[in-house]
Amino acid sequence: MPLYHTEDQAMLAESVTGFMADEGGIKKQLRHWRDFNCKDGFGHGLWKQFAEMGLTGMLAAEADGGLAMGHVEAGIVLAEIGRNLTPSPFLTTSVMGVTALSEASDDLRGRWLPGIIAGETVLAVAIDEGAKHKPEKIACRAERAGNGFRLTGAKDFVIHGTSADAIIVAARTSGSDSDADGVTLFAVPKDAAGIGHNAVRLVDSSMASHVRFDGVELDGSTVIGEVDGGRALLNKVLSAGRIGAAAEQTGVGSGAFAMTTGYLKTRKQFGKLIGEFQALQHRAAHLYSELEIAEAVVIKAQQLLDGGSERAELMVSVAKAKAARVCNLAVREGVQMHGGVGMTDEFDIGLYMKRERALTEFMGDANYHAERVAQLSGY
Amino acid sequence: MSELEAFRAEIRAWIEANCPEEMRKPVQGEDDICWGGRNFVFKSAAQKQWMEVCAAKGFTVPDWPKPYGGAGMSPAEAKVWREELARAGARPPLSSFGIWMLGPALLKFGTEEQKVLYLNQIARGEIRWCQGYSEPGSGSDLVSLQTFGEDKGDHWVVNGQKIWTSYADKADWIFCLVRTDKANTYQGISFLLFDMTTPGVTTKPIKLISGSSPFCETFFDNVVVPKHQIVGQLNRGWDVAKYLLGHEREMISGAGGGEQTSTIGKVLARGGLDDPMLRAELAQFDIDALAFAACGEKFLDEIKVGKAHPAKPNMMKYAGTELNKRRHELLMAAGGSTALEWESEETRGGAPARSWLRTKANSIEGGTSEVMLNVVAKRILELPGA
Repeated sequence: MPLYHTEDQAMLAESVTGFMADEGGIKKQLRHWRDFNCKDGFGHGLWKQFAEMGLTGMLAAEADGGLAMGHVEAGIVLAEIGRNLTPSPFLTTSVMGVTALSEASDDLRGRWLPGIIAGETVLAVAIDEGAKHKPEKIACRAERAGNGFRLTGAKDFVIHGTSADAIIVAARTSGSDSDADGVTLFAVPKDAAGIGHNAVRLVDSSMASHVRFDGVELDGSTVIGEVDGGRALLNKVLSAGRIGAAAEQTGVGSGAFAMTTGYLKTRKQFGKLIGEFQALQHRAAHLYSELEIAEAVVIKAQQLLDGGSERAELMVSVAKAKAARVCNLAVREGVQMHGGVGMTDEFDIGLYMKRERALTEFMGDANYHAERVAQLSGY
Repeated sequence: MSELEAFRAEIRAWIEANCPEEMRKPVQGEDDICWGGRNFVFKSAAQKQWMEVCAAKGFTVPDWPKPYGGAGMSPAEAKVWREELARAGARPPLSSFGIWMLGPALLKFGTEEQKVLYLNQIARGEIRWCQGYSEPGSGSDLVSLQTFGEDKGDHWVVNGQKIWTSYADKADWIFCLVRTDKANTYQGISFLLFDMTTPGVTTKPIKLISGSSPFCETFFDNVVVPKHQIVGQLNRGWDVAKYLLGHEREMISGAGGGEQTSTIGKVLARGGLDDPMLRAELAQFDIDALAFAACGEKFLDEIKVGKAHPAKPNMMKYAGTELNKRRHELLMAAGGSTALEWESEETRGGAPARSWLRTKANSIEGGTSEVMLNVVAKRILELPGA
């Protein structure tokens, strides 16, 4: 399969690019909700528009009312989200959440998917425990109680945690914390008794929650897939989230880059456009090169994931690590080349830097994924 | 799709039936490469056989048209051929500047007679070409070149000197940039082809820091070149040269899967890695190598359908060569004091150190990294005054 978009994908990209620039732009969404101190950190009206565009259910099966598309298509949407810094629950809901629900019972899919596809339901995903991503270890426990389970423990960095209608929780149902087996995924409804939130606004103005589960009673119908056998599904959800975040990062990186080269072509010093200075030209050209490489490896990993390749897991980590490093370079160069105005809140370039930082941490930073690349490569 | 899969099965079976076992071992060094040419000495019967069976089918240049010695494969089919070669671990049957550089330029700018004659010779490995571009005073500033061809009616008389001519001492013919109008810089250069045995042509190998001599100084003393041996129009050789440079940069970048795209962590860790810092660096390198490989694949896919920016080879050349230099720095670091050995049997005559030193030329030859960045800034990013 060639490493560029098919005609259908190019058409999708064209419509999403226009939509996101018009409706999801920085002033209309990110700054608006931030300055309004919105408790969700995103607009429900826009989420509804996502649904009208057919984006919310793009990964869901056709039988469930979705479009049965893949990660290449989801990545097209995420790249535009990244370019416009559009706050939305798309990644946690339509990418990770829908991936988790793909192996859920008919009942559970029927309970959540229609609302997601309609742009009315939001999902959050609770995996991390602690400040760094380490899903190999899961201590949050769900013990059998009657016909169901009792969930106890804490999760961190739960994006959209307080806005979500349900939280997909990875919990331990048997074994010890670092066992591969004994993990189960649950779809925990927001109104379940015993859920406590400590919601915090992050550097990029998104909302995350430290969630506490204090003996939350869950009936058996909330289990996704098999009890104790959730590790494979969790890995699918992780891959979906990682490649999605990588795609969003390429959008953030190229958005910052476009803004920066635009500035190089308008800002004058010493009687010259600063873009005439070779010191800046070479840095811009190097950055362009890195962004091209990051975009290529992201689409490569998306295709492998969609094709069910055995190399997908490795390449997803390669893509997440590369996209993180390159996007980080793009925002650092962006602020530096903007000079003093790059430090002001009025200019948007700093917003890119903030978003990059949050996306890098989401589902494992570059070092985490470098470690995984070494392990998956056999060293 | 099924047609392509049938083609794949056919290619796979053909390679299985025709590629000698010996040609499925990885290339160990320069002298394992089959370059072809009048004076080429095959390293083994298997190497000769593999080149010949491939040439007979047009597989040495699979995507060239059949009348010119190719197999007339479509872009998708040529990709299948490359993938199946890689899958079988089969070596390229023939490597040459004729295939990588002159061929594409002739396909675009050559006359029908030139294409039939020269392309078939290249495809069959009969003639080995070298490239006469750089001069002592014209490196990065190539357009300032001074080698002059004086018009003598039905021929030119060429005088001057080239430098860094790769394998000039082993090549049969040269494609050469010659000034044919001293009044114009860009539009005063012609692209000439001539036999290296023409009276007045001499070569002198240059010994490099690696100890080997892949490059030569090449001298022209009243060399007679018939007029029909020009490619493209008189004084418009710079167009041909630039087009060809794109292919040269693509080649040096390793976009087609050169050594810089292969990972090194697993190989180096075979004996156990007790240095966590080195392990981390290897992982970082492997990430960059795998990502660059994807970029090379994407680039080639896009070229075939005209989606690639015409200046993209410059970016690929920059990224690929910088990566390859880093690769060899890491190989040296992992090798420790063993890798320093210059002549030992264990290092096959100092191969690690010599290769490491050789890679330093990667970001100089065919346009320096700095020139590549200039071109990207100007032609792709369209920065002012670049």
